[in-house]
Amino acid sequence: MYQIACPHCGPRAQLEFTYERTVDAVVDPVADAATAMQALYTRANPMGLDDEIWRHTYGCRAWMVLTRHRVTHEITAVKAIGPEALP
Amino acid sequence: MKTPYSAFSLLRGAFNGQKHWEPAWRDPEPRASYDVIIIGGGGHGLATAYYLAKVHGIRNVAVLEKSWIGGGNTGRNTTLVRSNYRLPQLHNFFEFGLKLWHGMSDELNYNVMFSPRGAMFLGHNDGDMIKLAERGDAMRCDGIDAELLTPKQIAKIEPLLDLSRNARFPIDGAVIQWRAGTARHDAVAWGYARAADALGVDIIQKCEVTGFVRDGNKITGVETTRGRILAGRTGICVAGHSGQVAGLAGLRLPIESQTLQALVTEGVKPMVQSVVMSQSLHCYISQSDKGGIVMGGDPDNWPSYARRGQPTVVEGAIAQAVSIMPALSRLRMLRTWSGVTDMSFDGAPIIGPTPIDGLFLNGGWCYGGFKATPASGWTYAHTLATGKPHELNAPFSLERFMTGATIDETAVGPMPNHR
Repeated sequence: MYQIACPHCGPRAQLEFTYERTVDAVVDPVADAATAMQALYTRANPMGLDDEIWRHTYGCRAWMVLTRHRVTHEITAVKAIGPEALP
Repeated sequence: MKTPYSAFSLLRGAFNGQKHWEPAWRDPEPRASYDVIIIGGGGHGLATAYYLAKVHGIRNVAVLEKSWIGGGNTGRNTTLVRSNYRLPQLHNFFEFGLKLWHGMSDELNYNVMFSPRGAMFLGHNDGDMIKLAERGDAMRCDGIDAELLTPKQIAKIEPLLDLSRNARFPIDGAVIQWRAGTARHDAVAWGYARAADALGVDIIQKCEVTGFVRDGNKITGVETTRGRILAGRTGICVAGHSGQVAGLAGLRLPIESQTLQALVTEGVKPMVQSVVMSQSLHCYISQSDKGGIVMGGDPDNWPSYARRGQPTVVEGAIAQAVSIMPALSRLRMLRTWSGVTDMSFDGAPIIGPTPIDGLFLNGGWCYGGFKATPASGWTYAHTLATGKPHELNAPFSLERFMTGATIDETAVGPMPNHR
């Protein structure tokens, strides 16, 4: 098990976090059908780094974006999102 | 013609020091072109090649494998074979496969050690039992065997299950499919490889596909680590890495790769007679012919290509297994393994043409790849031979995500990580 550095709580066990979807899989409510389908149903699924939305579900419950490597599990960046991320 | 595997051949060998055996398949150099190229030498790819040669008479076929055959998910599963799904598209497809499983050893002249010992899904509450009865009814409507069991009947089959009322997961009943069981996973790949090779199929190992040869919107061949090979039709059959290979052709698939883990204990005398599964938990328990108890089948619920899973997932699987069968706690774990699986966005596979001419896709097998091997091979061979899907794989098209005709057995929606 590895650790994820929550932008609000600091390093925590990965078990406290849940994966949601990739950043490019967020469906724009005004997108046309083909674009929405692309976002909802397709993934680049790279064997390398991808930007993923995770949630600190069993902690502060805030959302964040991890740039994570899918073979080594290395996390190169963590970014807070949502109202909490505003200055 | 290869020497058939038989008691007579063995006896004949007794007089010549068993020197008449030949390698089970050749190790050919790739030719410049083939009628059909299948990318991926797992059980599915080899079965496809076999049925292309056997059923459709297309023998100018190559199976390209980047490492060795059967070394991917064919060797990294829990070896279960069953067809107990509720949705008709799924149970008709897997039932067709189950029938092929029952005759496979004879068909291939290779002992795949298929053991139809029965597979039961346990129910732990009223909701589970309603779902199980519903599933059993749906199966029986299509002529597939399913039997609802009471706890007393379960106790006769699996006396080691914790059937007490104060169990962590009390057992209210089960639905069993007697014709389901387990098989020897490697033998399936080897059996299909040997039989396909005998029909003239080239099995080319250590040959990784690095790109596609394109002519407008048509794929006319593949670039490999052993040079360019042209093909009339090219079939991707690399579940676990479908996104990677399809990506070389510029396709984005409704697939996310996750690792799925299982484990085996030391070998013991027979203690688990059937295959035990649960409607509420996600731990499969069965005993291999060597005596080891095989458990697991749960994924890490996030995308990963690491063929080493998180220990917490194995811990969870063991906790579930021990809670329903406490005697398992006395066993020592021998090893764990994990395979990279294609998790599709409705939990059902994808077999059929792609938007690119000459390129076909077989992937998205989620939890169900091994049991599908013969049905997958049969229908994919039909698709590659005729250019059109077989009636059994027609519902599993790539377009179904666009048209809304998804086949979602667990009704989770487009979230592979919640399945």
